[in-house]
Parts: sequence; structure tokens; C-alpha cells
Amino acid sequence: MDVLHGLVAPLSDIAASPLFFVEVLVGGIAAGLLYSLVALGFVLIFKASGVFNFAQGVMVLFAALTLVGLMDRGVPAPLALLLSIAVMIALAFAIERVVLRPLVNQEAIILFMATIGLNFFLEGFGEMLWGANVKRLDVGIPDTSFRMAGILVNRLEMAAALTAAVLVTILAVFFQKTRIGRALRAVADDHEAALSVGIPLKTIWVVVWSVAGLVALAAGVMWGAKSGVQFSLSLIALKALPVLILGGLTSVPGAIVGGIIIGVGEKIAEVYWGPLVGGAIENWFAYVMALGFLLIRPQGLFGEKIIERV
Amino acid sequence: MSGNGRPGPLLAVESVRVTFGAVQALTDVSLEIRRGEIVAIIGPNGAGKTTLLNVISGFYHPSSGRILYEGRDRTRLGPADVAALGIARTFQNVALFKGLSVLDNVMTGRLPKMKGNILLDALYWGPAMKQELAHRAFVERIIDFLEIEAIRKTPAGRLPYGLQKRVELARALAAEPTLLLLDEPMAGMNVEEKEDMCRFILDVHDEFGTTIALIEHDMSVVMDISDRVVALDYGRKIADGTPAEVRNDQAVLDAYLGVAH
Repeated sequence: MDVLHGLVAPLSDIAASPLFFVEVLVGGIAAGLLYSLVALGFVLIFKASGVFNFAQGVMVLFAALTLVGLMDRGVPAPLALLLSIAVMIALAFAIERVVLRPLVNQEAIILFMATIGLNFFLEGFGEMLWGANVKRLDVGIPDTSFRMAGILVNRLEMAAALTAAVLVTILAVFFQKTRIGRALRAVADDHEAALSVGIPLKTIWVVVWSVAGLVALAAGVMWGAKSGVQFSLSLIALKALPVLILGGLTSVPGAIVGGIIIGVGEKIAEVYWGPLVGGAIENWFAYVMALGFLLIRPQGLFGEKIIERV
Repeated sequence: MSGNGRPGPLLAVESVRVTFGAVQALTDVSLEIRRGEIVAIIGPNGAGKTTLLNVISGFYHPSSGRILYEGRDRTRLGPADVAALGIARTFQNVALFKGLSVLDNVMTGRLPKMKGNILLDALYWGPAMKQELAHRAFVERIIDFLEIEAIRKTPAGRLPYGLQKRVELARALAAEPTLLLLDEPMAGMNVEEKEDMCRFILDVHDEFGTTIALIEHDMSVVMDISDRVVALDYGRKIADGTPAEVRNDQAVLDAYLGVAH
């Protein structure tokens, strides 16, 4: 009886103070968009090359480390940002040349293993260049809250969410409307046919890994500004996994919607139902959601349903 | 047509040999494709026809021999570079982008003709947009030409087989190829669809002056539309001549009907 009461009681809390519920909702959406951004990096690379990039999380860390490292050495912020972008693009070229090209036509699992190697290399390389201690990243937006229409909103979270939204919109237009976007979708659909119409796979891979690098940089800046740039930044990749399960590995809109569902879901669960089990369910609730979802729609919300013709 | 009037064949395959492990898929095959003609490549199953097409389009590389296109050696080029030279192809088992709409499929075929700044393109701005519209106009012309207007927005994977073949032809034509390679364009079609496809191939040839090489099993089709027929058997060329000559060639008859040894 007590358990049942504990499960239902939060619903009346929600009804009692709807404004607070909206605050939780907004916080969830803001966090969710950041998950989306990381998930997007996975989706882009998976779509274009069929590789599940284990190193995406470390790319976030590496990008943020590079930016902070440059700023610590006295490089002005805008220049440091441009340089970081250049570094991520250079990294894409290097990965295509050293990792992808020699492994072309190999099994997906081989490429996956290669990205695990890439993961540890980047982690070590980043720490070697910039040091392993926690760094503060100041983007000039205070981590404070203000009231908007009666709702308490965090400035930094709001800025991060807006940036993520803009970035996601640009990427969606890029994929749907442009020549390169079309080529990317074609490569994702059928490698052989893409080659036959003259799409150079190498260029496409460099573009995709560059975009994934830029997305990683954006995610790194936003997370870094919130919680400092440190090794644990690479672990947000783990938060992207339930998002991918929810949204489907091949869908850009899926990554966005999936991120928001996970962000909102875990916030609500933590705030209202967390006390029931002593709190801290935010850390694992996303995975439970994803597992539950797998039972209903294994291909994800927007993933392609694979129907084998026999 | 930029290539017209230049001397020499459009494409020359010189003593090409292709091996897969111990299997000789092609043995010293030489042939020429001249500007403006329709060449049919025939032969029993496993004769090496598709291998020959794959070598020409850069998917396989010969272990010996050369391939000259417009007089220049291009033996080592990969498929994307070959496409950029103006050689387009279709596949035996239709290789369309199944998740993309018909229009997007055909637009993708236009890629070799599109040039431009990646950055501007990414922003979908200025010249990139203008270029997109110009190419779009050409692609619409191809779509009208092949009478697939009604299905422009349909994902290619949902179309019946005969139409998929036609869309694949449209995608190949969008690149305005000088040389068009068709791998069994009429396989699995009924009589009516075959007649349509024949008409389209002849129309393409007349309208765009495209040189065409096609693999085909249906002899009546081959005799009807080709200027020249090349016959392969067990990876070797056994005949090369007008349809009438090849039809009466003893080696070809033996290859198809079998011969007592």
C-alpha cells in the first residue's frame, strides 16, 4: 500500500504546482538537446559509413580540451574557437587517411574495433597535449537563473539549448537540401550505387567526420561550460546510447526527439520519483527507458524498419 | 556532343584479363566501342559479360591489359573517377537508393556535373542555389523524357521492378554520359515493359547521341536495336560483328546450344 501510494503521490505534486513542473520540463529539454548533440555525432557517422564510432565521446572531450588549452595559453576566444574547428577538421582528414581508408570493405565490427583504438589514442593524445587536470571553460554566460513568465530558467542551459537547436536545424537543412547532403544520404543508402554515379567516398567520409567533429566541439563547449572540462566529459557518450536506441541509429530527427524524451524523462523521474528510492535515479533511468523502448520498437522511433524480402 | 568527329574509338579494351583467385573471368578480351553506336554484349551465363562491364566502369581492375577512353589510358581509375569521365551505368540487380525519392535518385546521378564551393553549398546560398535550380531543370527534362513524372516523389524502393529499372536509367542519363553501360536493362520484364525499354534506349540514342553498350539475353531485342554484337563465352571473345553475322556464327551457336566434343 505504501509503495503504491509512493508511486502515485508525485502525480498529485505535479498537479499541485504546475509551474514547478514546467521548470522541470524546461530543464529536461535543455539537457536533452545536449544529449541530442552528442547522439547526432554518432548518427552522422553511422549513416554515411556504417561505423558505430566508439570514439565520439572522446572527440567531445578532445575538442573541448583543445579549445580550453588554447584559451589558457592566451589565445583570444574567437581565434581559439576557429583553431579548434580547424583541428577537428584536420582530425577528420587524418582519420580518413589512417583509419578508414586502409580498412575499406572490412566488416563493420573491424571498423568498430578501430574506433575503440581511436578512442584511447585521442584520450591519451589530448591529455598529453593539454594536461589531465580539470579546466574551467568560461563562455561569458553566467551559470545563473532568471525568471521568464514566472518560470525559473538557467541562462547557461538556455544558451546551450538554443545553440543546439540552431545547429540541429542547420544540419537538417544541409542533409535535405544540398548537393553534399544528398550525396551523404546516397552513400548511406547504397555504397556501390553511390560510387557508380561518381560520388567520391573519401570526400564524403572527410565531410562526415568533420561535421561530427564540429558537433563534438559544440557539445564539448556546452558541457564543459557547465561542469568543467575533464575526463568525465567523454562519458556523456554513454548518455547518448539510450538516445540512439530511442531515436534509431540512422535518423537525424530521431536523435533530436530521442534526446529530448530522455532528458525530460530522467529529469521528471529524478525530481518526482527519485526520493522514493533515495534519489540518484537520473543516472540509470535513461537506460531503463531505452530498454523498455527496445521491447516495443527495436528499430527506434524513426529508424528504418528492416524488412527482409524472402 | 563534344567527342564527335574525333578519330579513334570512344573506348578500347585491349587484351584485358581478369582473375578471381584461380578463376579466369576474362581472358585476353579486346574490343572497341565506337562513337554513337549501340553495342550488345551477349553470351551464356557466366561468360564474363558483367565482369567486362565492371572492368570498364572501374569496379574491377584488370590483372593485365589496358583500357583506353578517348585515346587515354584509364585502366587504374576507380568507379567515381570513371563516372566523372562521362561513363554512366546501370546494374543487373537494380542499385537504386531505395530510401530516396525518385527525384533525389535522379538528382544524385547529376552529381558528376555539379561543381561548386562546399561552404556555400553547405549554406545553401547564392550560386549554390542557382546551380541547384539549373540542374534541377535538366533532371526534370530526363524525368519527362522517361515518362516517370507521376512517381517523382515516391521512394524508389517502393516501385515495381520495371519502373525501378527505368529510374535507374534516368539516374544514369542525368549525368549526360558520353558512354552508357546497361547491364541487362530488360531482365525480368514482361513483353510490354521490354518494348517500352527498347523504345527508351533508342530514343536516348537519337536524342542525346549517347553511345550505348548493353548486356542482353533476349536475342530479338539484341537483333532489333544493336548496330554491333560482341559475343563472349568462358571469358573469351568468340564473335564480333553485325547482328546478322553473329547470329550465324558457328562459335556462337555452339556456345549457346552446346557442341559434341
